[in-house]
Amino acid sequence: MDILDLTIVQLREMLRKKEVSSVELTEYYLNRIKKYDGEVLAYLRTTEDYAMEMARSADERIGRGEDTPLLGIPLGMKDILCTKGIETTCGSNILKGFVPPYDATVIRKLKEAGFVHLGRLNMDEFAMGSSTENSAFQTTRNPWDTTRIPGGSSGGSAAAVASGLCTSALGTDTGGSIRQPAGLCGVIGMKPTYGRVSRYGLVAFASSLDQIGPFSRNVSDCATMLGVIAGYDPMDSTSIPEAVPDYQSFLGRDIKGLRVGIPAEYSVEGMEADVKKTYEDNLQILRDQGATLVDVSLPHTQYAVATYYIICTAEASSNLARYDGVKYGLRENGKDIIDMYKKTRFKGFGKEVKRRIILGTYVLSSGYYDAYYRKAGKVRTLIRRDFDAAFTACDLIVTPVSPTTAFKVGERVADPLTMYLSDIFTIPVNLAGLPGISIPGGFDAKGLPIGLQIIGRPLDEGRMLQAAHVFESVKRVETVPGRLRD
Amino acid sequence: MKITRETVEYVAHLGRLDLDPREIDEYTGQIDSILQYMDSLNALDTQGVEPTSHAVPVGCVMREDVVKESFTAEESTGNAPERIDTFFKVPPIIEVE
Repeated sequence: MDILDLTIVQLREMLRKKEVSSVELTEYYLNRIKKYDGEVLAYLRTTEDYAMEMARSADERIGRGEDTPLLGIPLGMKDILCTKGIETTCGSNILKGFVPPYDATVIRKLKEAGFVHLGRLNMDEFAMGSSTENSAFQTTRNPWDTTRIPGGSSGGSAAAVASGLCTSALGTDTGGSIRQPAGLCGVIGMKPTYGRVSRYGLVAFASSLDQIGPFSRNVSDCATMLGVIAGYDPMDSTSIPEAVPDYQSFLGRDIKGLRVGIPAEYSVEGMEADVKKTYEDNLQILRDQGATLVDVSLPHTQYAVATYYIICTAEASSNLARYDGVKYGLRENGKDIIDMYKKTRFKGFGKEVKRRIILGTYVLSSGYYDAYYRKAGKVRTLIRRDFDAAFTACDLIVTPVSPTTAFKVGERVADPLTMYLSDIFTIPVNLAGLPGISIPGGFDAKGLPIGLQIIGRPLDEGRMLQAAHVFESVKRVETVPGRLRD
Repeated sequence: MKITRETVEYVAHLGRLDLDPREIDEYTGQIDSILQYMDSLNALDTQGVEPTSHAVPVGCVMREDVVKESFTAEESTGNAPERIDTFFKVPPIIEVE
C-alpha cells in the first residue's frame, strides 16, 4: 500500500485510529518534496515550520477526539490565496515579500477543517498563462516528462498533486487554469460554479470569471475538498446563498439513464489523433455504464477565445491598477508620483501581464469600448444561451480538456495567440459561469496524460462527481509516474 | 495594421506602464494580430442582445451598517514599501514651482 493512493477519507480513518500521525504524514510529504521537487519545481516555497506546527496542533486535536474533514491532512496552496503571515507573491516580482494580514475565506475554512499548510505552489504571474512559463520565479515541469510544461496557470498545483508532493491542492481557474493543467498532468481538477466558492482573499485577475477549486488524485478527495471550501460568504458579493450538499453522498451511485451531451463544435482542427481516439473510447465507457449519449450544439464556441481575451484583459487591467508602489510590494522611485507608478510597474510586471494590461486598457479605452468590451459582453450572452439550450437535452456535457497533450517548455512562448488557443475547450465554461471538472482519461503514445472534461449545470457539482467516480472506478488511470514513487 | 507603436505607447501611458523600445516593437506586432483575431466577433449579429457582465445573476447585496472590528492601522500599512508611522509615504503629487 502506498500512502499516495489513499483517499483523504481513508487517511482520516487511519489518523483517527492512531495508525499514523499528522506529524508523520507531514514529514512524509516534506521529505518527498526534498527528494523530488528539484526536478518538478512545483513549490515556490515550503513552509516547513508552519506545517509542523499545524501538524502537531492537529495531532493534539485528534487526541482530544476532534473530527473534522481535513484534520491533519497536508495540502499545497497556489501562491495566489492570501494566507495570514505567509508570503503570497502570485508568481510576481511586484508582490515579492507581500505578507497578507488576513486569511482568504478558503484558507480560513481549510484551517477550521484542520489542514496542514505544506507550502506555496508555482503559477503563471497573476494566473495569466497556460504553462507556468510566465512565473517570475521558475517554470514548473510536467512530472510525466520534465522537458514539457505542466499547463497553467495552476501548473504548480497540478504538478505537485501528480508528483505526490501533497495530498491535494487548491488552484484557481479563470479560463481553464485548473482543468487544463489537471488534464496535462493527469490528475483531477475542478472549477466549481461561479459563486460556489468565495473569492475573498483570492488575488483578483478577472473578477467575473475567477473561481477557486481543488486538485486531487481521486474523485473522493475532490468531493471532500469541495465540501470544505464551498458555501456562501458575506465577504464576496457574488457568492451564492445556497446550502452545500454532502458531495461524498453522490459517490457510488450509477449513471444509468444519465443523458451526456456531446457538442459537435468541440471536434476542432489541430486536435491530436490520440486525444480524439481517447475521447471516443472514454465516451464508450460512459455508454457502457448506462449513460445515453446525445448530440448537442454549442454554435458560438468558435467565438469564445476572442470573447474571453477581451473580457479577461479588460478586467485585469482594472484589477491590476492597485499595484502602484504605495500600499504593498515593489516601489521604484521616480521624479513624481506618475513616474513612480510607471517605473514600479515596468520593473515589477512580467511580459504577459504587461501585454494583457495594454490589451485590456485598449479595449476599454474611449472609442473602442463598444467595439470590443461591449461586443464581447453580448457574445458572452450568446455563449451562455448555447449552454442553456444544450442542457435542456442533456444532464452533463462531456468534452476533451485540451486539443493536445503537454507541449515542450519554450515551444509557444513567442506566440501568445497559439498559447491562448490551447484553452479553447475550457474557456466557454468560465464565460457561462458553469462548473467543470477534468479527470484522467488515459495517455497518448508518448505516455503523456489526456484529460476528460465534464461540464454541469450551475450548482450541479454533485452529479459531475457522481459520473467522474463511475468513470474512475471503471478505468483506473495511473495518477503518479512510477519513477516518482518511493 | 490596426495599431501603431504610438497607440501602444499611448495605451501604456493610460495603464501607467513604462515600456522599453524593444517591448513596444514586440507588443505592437503581437497586439495587432490579437486584435485582428478579436475582430472575428464582428461576424456576429448581436443587435438587441443584452451584454453579460456576470454569469450568475446577483443583485445588489446589502448588509446592515454596523461597526465591526477590522484591520488596525498597523496591519493596513504594514506592507507599504515606504511609510511614516502608519501613513503611506509617496513622491510629490502637487508640483511646487
